[in-house]
Amino acid sequence: MSQLSVEHLLGIKHINKADIELIFKTADHFKEVINRPIKKVPSLRDITIANIFFENSTRTKLSFELAEKRLSADVINFSASQSSVKKGETLIDTVNNILSMKVDLIVMRHPHVGACDFLSKHVNAKIVNAGDGTHEHPTQALLDSYSIREKLGSVQGKKVVIIGDILHSRVALSNIYALKLQGAEIKVCGPKTLIPKYIDSLGVEVEYNIKKALEWCDVANVLRVQNERMAINYFPSTREYSQLFGINKQLLDSIGKKIVIMHPGPINRGVEITSDVADADQSIILNQVENGVAIRMAVIYLLAEQIKRT
Amino acid sequence: MFGTIMSKKTLLNSKEIHIILHRLACQLIENHNNFENTVLIGIQPRGAFLAKRLVQILKDDYNISNVQFGLLDITFYRDDFRRRGAPLEANKTNINFIVEDKNVVFIDDVLFSGRSIRAALTAIQSFGRPADIELLVLIDRRFSRHLPIQPDYRGRQVDVFNEEKVTVHWKGNDEKDAVYIVNK
Repeated sequence: MSQLSVEHLLGIKHINKADIELIFKTADHFKEVINRPIKKVPSLRDITIANIFFENSTRTKLSFELAEKRLSADVINFSASQSSVKKGETLIDTVNNILSMKVDLIVMRHPHVGACDFLSKHVNAKIVNAGDGTHEHPTQALLDSYSIREKLGSVQGKKVVIIGDILHSRVALSNIYALKLQGAEIKVCGPKTLIPKYIDSLGVEVEYNIKKALEWCDVANVLRVQNERMAINYFPSTREYSQLFGINKQLLDSIGKKIVIMHPGPINRGVEITSDVADADQSIILNQVENGVAIRMAVIYLLAEQIKRT
Repeated sequence: MFGTIMSKKTLLNSKEIHIILHRLACQLIENHNNFENTVLIGIQPRGAFLAKRLVQILKDDYNISNVQFGLLDITFYRDDFRRRGAPLEANKTNINFIVEDKNVVFIDDVLFSGRSIRAALTAIQSFGRPADIELLVLIDRRFSRHLPIQPDYRGRQVDVFNEEKVTVHWKGNDEKDAVYIVNK
């Protein structure tokens, strides 16, 4: 088995196709492990991991924590809202304080783009990016591709449309990088105001008509409208967004084929996707959540493998 | 002046392996009767070949076709994670049953330090608490154990220098059945 080509997982932009294949192959083993009566392996019993979240998170944090515990690592959790960050401590100081407690690997979510990259250059620990602002969310993109591979056999040649708020979405950017590496065709679909100006430079086409986008694709990855990142109104109303870009059963039935529906969560039911679509048998939303644990186990295991015992 | 010459000595040929496999199958039958409460677990990767061959012999030659059989990978249970130069490569675990209160027989090709079996003893606990666990190996390398682990069924016991390697070849995967001692 080869090793990852990187020392940290900062973004999909930094890894290559072989890395993705290695992560998927490793995740296959861990998926089998997490379906056993006892869902735990002792590999990382002498590794300590800090989950540092400067932004709210429910499923990503839970998923990482579960993945770490399934690997038998010692885990400490840290939320910015309860910390000295509020008292004016800098990022490096905060993290170095945590590191002096002998932490080997840091999983960090931060509202600022490049925070993980910055950290990786200043502290002596493995860094996993759990989302940095509107930049990247690599483990989400990996679990999305892994779920497509599981459902459709492979990602190569598949047509994937990413629908919604592309401008503010780290999930979209990481997904575009990951899908491109694996040879998928990608379109994005959403209100013009929420499509980045330079989207063409990523080799991605834009479709403004949701029905045409769905007719074209094999997989629709539906994103949440991130109101918390919007300082101004990018569309007139939620109701209008829902009418123009929301996916409902009627629309889905009208396209004449069965496509796979994905959503990274949390879902705004009735906005970007209706309940009957979210819960339909072609939706793999809950499979994504299960695969998230296996993918995060794989990423952490492969990075921890590089920490040589001294 | 000269590069290291790799020598290869045949320890067992295909006929000898055939006889040993039948003997091991008979010993298993002697202890496990109709295999009603017994499961055979091949230790991945190399034990899988031997386990599959034994299951086939039990079925074809002794008419025992209901043997529960699984493959156990021990990679994530090994004690040398982060201690080796090369990364460990995991294999598939395929156990579709619970081993609770079963008589488990671990099957591996070569018993050397005993560390793989130590890992397997931990790994199998993820599938329940067996009534007992036995160990069957084709080759038992004597005087090389790091742990107090001994086989219950052995094909052949051999004395091999530490710098020598015992390799087992299986027809279907390799050219023919054979066991070699390779001096690197």
